[in-house]
Amino acid sequence: MGTVPAEGLLAASWLLIALPLAGAAVLLLGGRRTDRWGHLLGTATVVAAFVLAVACTVQLAGTDGRSADVELFTFISAGDLDVTAGLLYDPLSAVFALLITGVGSLIHVYSIGYMAHDPARRRFFAYLNLFVAAMLLLVLGNSYVALYVGWEGVGLASYLLIAFWYTRPAAATAAKKAFIMNRVGDVGLAIAIFIMFAQLGTTSYAGVHGTVGTLAGGTITAIGLLLLLGACGKSGQFPLQAWLPDAMEGPTPVSALIHAATMVTAGVYLIARSAPIYDLTPTARAVVLAVGALTLLVGAIAGCAYDDIKKVLAYSTVSQIGYMFLAVGLGPAGYVAGLAHLLAHGFFKAGLFLGAGSVMHAMDDSVDMRRFGGLWRKLPVTFATFGLGYLALIGFPFLSGYFTKDAIIEAALDRDDVWGWVLGGVAVLGAGLTAFYMTRLMLMTFFGRARWEDGLHPHESPTVMTAPMVVLAVGSVFSGALLVSVVPLSGWLEPVFGEPEEAAHVVAPALVGLVVTVVMLLGVLAAWLFVGRREVPVTAPVRVSPVTRAARNALYADAVNESLFMRPGQWLTRALVWFDNRGVDGAVNGLAAGLGGSSSRLGRAQTGFVRTYALGMLGGAVMVAGALLAVTAG
Amino acid sequence: MSDFPWLLLMIALPAVGAAVVAALPRGRSLLAKQVALGVSLAVLLLAVLATLAFDPDGDRFQLTTSVSWIPDFGADFALGVDGIALVMLLLIGVLVPLVVGASWHEADTGPRPPRVFFAWLLLLEAMMVGVFAAVDVLLFYVFFEAMLVPMYFLIGSFGGPRRQYAAVKFFLYSLVGGLIMLAAVIGLYVVSTSQLGEGTFAFDALRQLDIDPDVQKLLFLGFFVAFAIKAPLVPFHTWLPDSGAEAPIGGAVLLVGVLDKVGTFGFLRYCLPLFPDASRFFAPFVLVLAVAGILYAALLAMGQSDMKRLVSYTSISHFGFIALGIFAFTTEAGTGAVLYMVNHGIATGLLFLVVGMLIARGGSREIGDYGGVARHAPKLAGAFLVAGLASLALPGTNSFVSEFLVLIGSFPERPVFTVVATAGIILAALYILLMYQRTMHGPPRGVLLADAGPEAPQEAQQAHGATATLTAPTRTLRVTDLSRRELAVVAPLVALIIGLGVYPQPLLDLIEPAVSATLSDVGTDTGGTDR
Repeated sequence: MGTVPAEGLLAASWLLIALPLAGAAVLLLGGRRTDRWGHLLGTATVVAAFVLAVACTVQLAGTDGRSADVELFTFISAGDLDVTAGLLYDPLSAVFALLITGVGSLIHVYSIGYMAHDPARRRFFAYLNLFVAAMLLLVLGNSYVALYVGWEGVGLASYLLIAFWYTRPAAATAAKKAFIMNRVGDVGLAIAIFIMFAQLGTTSYAGVHGTVGTLAGGTITAIGLLLLLGACGKSGQFPLQAWLPDAMEGPTPVSALIHAATMVTAGVYLIARSAPIYDLTPTARAVVLAVGALTLLVGAIAGCAYDDIKKVLAYSTVSQIGYMFLAVGLGPAGYVAGLAHLLAHGFFKAGLFLGAGSVMHAMDDSVDMRRFGGLWRKLPVTFATFGLGYLALIGFPFLSGYFTKDAIIEAALDRDDVWGWVLGGVAVLGAGLTAFYMTRLMLMTFFGRARWEDGLHPHESPTVMTAPMVVLAVGSVFSGALLVSVVPLSGWLEPVFGEPEEAAHVVAPALVGLVVTVVMLLGVLAAWLFVGRREVPVTAPVRVSPVTRAARNALYADAVNESLFMRPGQWLTRALVWFDNRGVDGAVNGLAAGLGGSSSRLGRAQTGFVRTYALGMLGGAVMVAGALLAVTAG
Repeated sequence: MSDFPWLLLMIALPAVGAAVVAALPRGRSLLAKQVALGVSLAVLLLAVLATLAFDPDGDRFQLTTSVSWIPDFGADFALGVDGIALVMLLLIGVLVPLVVGASWHEADTGPRPPRVFFAWLLLLEAMMVGVFAAVDVLLFYVFFEAMLVPMYFLIGSFGGPRRQYAAVKFFLYSLVGGLIMLAAVIGLYVVSTSQLGEGTFAFDALRQLDIDPDVQKLLFLGFFVAFAIKAPLVPFHTWLPDSGAEAPIGGAVLLVGVLDKVGTFGFLRYCLPLFPDASRFFAPFVLVLAVAGILYAALLAMGQSDMKRLVSYTSISHFGFIALGIFAFTTEAGTGAVLYMVNHGIATGLLFLVVGMLIARGGSREIGDYGGVARHAPKLAGAFLVAGLASLALPGTNSFVSEFLVLIGSFPERPVFTVVATAGIILAALYILLMYQRTMHGPPRGVLLADAGPEAPQEAQQAHGATATLTAPTRTLRVTDLSRRELAVVAPLVALIIGLGVYPQPLLDLIEPAVSATLSDVGTDTGGTDR
């Protein structure tokens, strides 16, 4: 990877981060004065960043080696540690910069309409801008430290946005949960960085990736696993997935931007960026695969049981990111497939969430699908765009998900061993489950009899909201074909991951496509049989099978966290507070009482102090002086 | 310029100011406040100018002034600073004017006239400057003890309901530590007499001594216990939550922001260079205390219901990080530890100030008496959040840089301790966000409902129920947003938190050479490059 100092526009790529950051600063410090035009400024900074990202990427395409380094200033330099604040604009970061600013712009525009009646709309745009800036820093930084700064910055923005309606206790609690679970992952990332510095003396991508081969295998595996812990926290992967569905307490555009299209993909970015490390450690890669496959199923199963439209989409996100982890865990064969799915998912999942927001907008902010039904007639644009996103997600032939998901399954099968078949099988099974829960969602929301609350008159959303949905729907349809065949992503990413090798396919791609399509259709059919044929009850049935009950509880992830960490933690804290007040303090007070009078006497014995003090001073000094004289004389 | 008596002025000015303020006639409270503010701002200016006159790559101690003091003992009134002491003087310079501003009205309602408060405050500033600027061990000891007096009266006369208990406890603990240290100081003097022919207290001369390892251990412990009580490390910590909770806010800020740093400063300035063998010997034990303290105090912080006690416990946890950085014996970790001392003063200073502003509005220190404050006081909530994020060391805030340096610098030498300490960052997120959520988020609670009229109790009950989100916000009379004066106090600290979070290098350039020099005294500098 030949990295050259950036020239021209690329040298100004720091503006990508600075623009939304400045927007956030103006909106937060400006106060009410900026209420009137705050949303416009917030949108303008992100659109400007998008334009700049496009221009930078065009210039990058014509640059030798397709990699540009931007050194900004010395961030931390002490002893042997030297961290430069700098950016790396290469094909991988360019892809993410485009996704973040592109989808980000659309979601900002949508939010103008969605948040129009919220008195705190300016604050919302400030936080959105802060998020975009942090996310861009995460993907553009040229060292693991820069990534870490963006990483936690994204965590903060996510916290602020989930807690946006902070007077709701559920929102405040969900935000805290998200931050804490992310921090658990962050500890892994931090320790990985410590190991890099201790062993290699550097934290920059160029330095670490250039010399990581000199380390012992065990050390590399440790780094890989610790990075994976960080990735699991941010991307909502097993065992740190429980925060993501709760994060739906934030306004819906937040779910679209952060918890579907960008922030949660940071884990995939981290692993793809660390490819030179993972290439050397099959063990860590195997764990990535296991996490991906497991999360893929956990998310899909939970998605089948929820009645909350946003929670279904959230578990769908958990599951789809599982696919991406599975892909990047395959190593060189899967990086491109994972990233293509990530981009396609960015389009259709953002579109689906915006569509869900539009439905909620029409249904007085209700999220209960049991009270939806028959909405296709009332919300034609939402229905059409949502429907295209739905088809793309379940992998309907020739829409984006079809291409990108098949590529992952093919890559898994191409391992040509037992595990390849297992992983491929899991991925195919996941495709069936995806088709089931998404069809269920479609049927309950748009079809069947209207089961609305009394007095509701659903209406289509304003153009400022529907226009972004249309753009994303177009993306959902074409992005897969575009990325896989027309402008292959593999060619663009070649400077990062090397020449794409034409794998000898174990199973013919056409056959894979056929099998996946059949399984997908079976999922659709099952949903029709279970949901579509019958009237949907407005209250969820109580007497259900243990499987359904487990799925409704997201396979008891929260219960496990609670009984394993939260409750013991609370007991420990209470016990320690008691111990500190009675034990430690009591012992010291008792000691003081034994030495110089009771502690109750101390309260009024101020006058006696000076004498005690002088006496003690003298006594101590005489003792030590005597001891020293004895030692030196003897 | 370097002959100019910067440090002497920085001690004399607030000391004289204190006398002037104390001598003002009764009823001239406003003038007393204005004098205090003017003097403290002048000290800040002096600190900044002194920093400009200081050459980071020059001699170890600069801006020196020395006056013969007690010739019979070889004790001089000798002042001088290295980079470590200098950044602490800058911290004092920044914090005291803000404390004056924050205490503008607080002292009005005390049992004693406000001028007394401000006189003690200025005297405290003089003593604090002295303790960091002394390069004579006996002089250091005198300042170390004298510093207690103004703080004792600030807590005892202007503190909360249990101020007497807290003040006495504070005094007693410090006294015990001071006595043990005095014994060690005298011991050191005896050693110098036997080795150099005549006794001395001059730091630079004592540093050259070659002390028998067993004697070193004894003397190390003498200094260490005093500093471990001051810093405080677990299990010497139980005085701090009481003092922090009962002290007036301004006193609490200076107590945990500056006074306690004398302990960690003492480790670096006295324990390490004077007793290198003993420092190496005891390092594992100190690290156990440090790392255990990080987790123990963090868990305790989570269990507190009193905000000021909570912040005090977070400080004990942070002091564990500082001690870890100092006793890891690498340039990176040591530099991080010193920067941590400064950053903690800024971040926790702001946290205490904001908590104080909240308490001034609600009249209660209990977390349970607040809820949903953000809606009524967004600026206050914003400042609270910034302070909290700095306390949990979020990247982009100043504390991240120091905590990161401490951890990454300690890891190569002490991986196990570092990994355990790193778990502390999860607990930090927990105790900060729990407090923030309970006070700032959610529906209005506690004092916010107190003024709502006769139906208030009913509404309070509703607010605890499941329908809480639907409860209409209750109008409140007490909880108003930050005033202009309060904004002026908060804004500089917020600016420093973010400024030093993005560009910490100027401070690091001041600190690093001094830390390198200290570690080369210990002979364990494995990490850093020598300048």
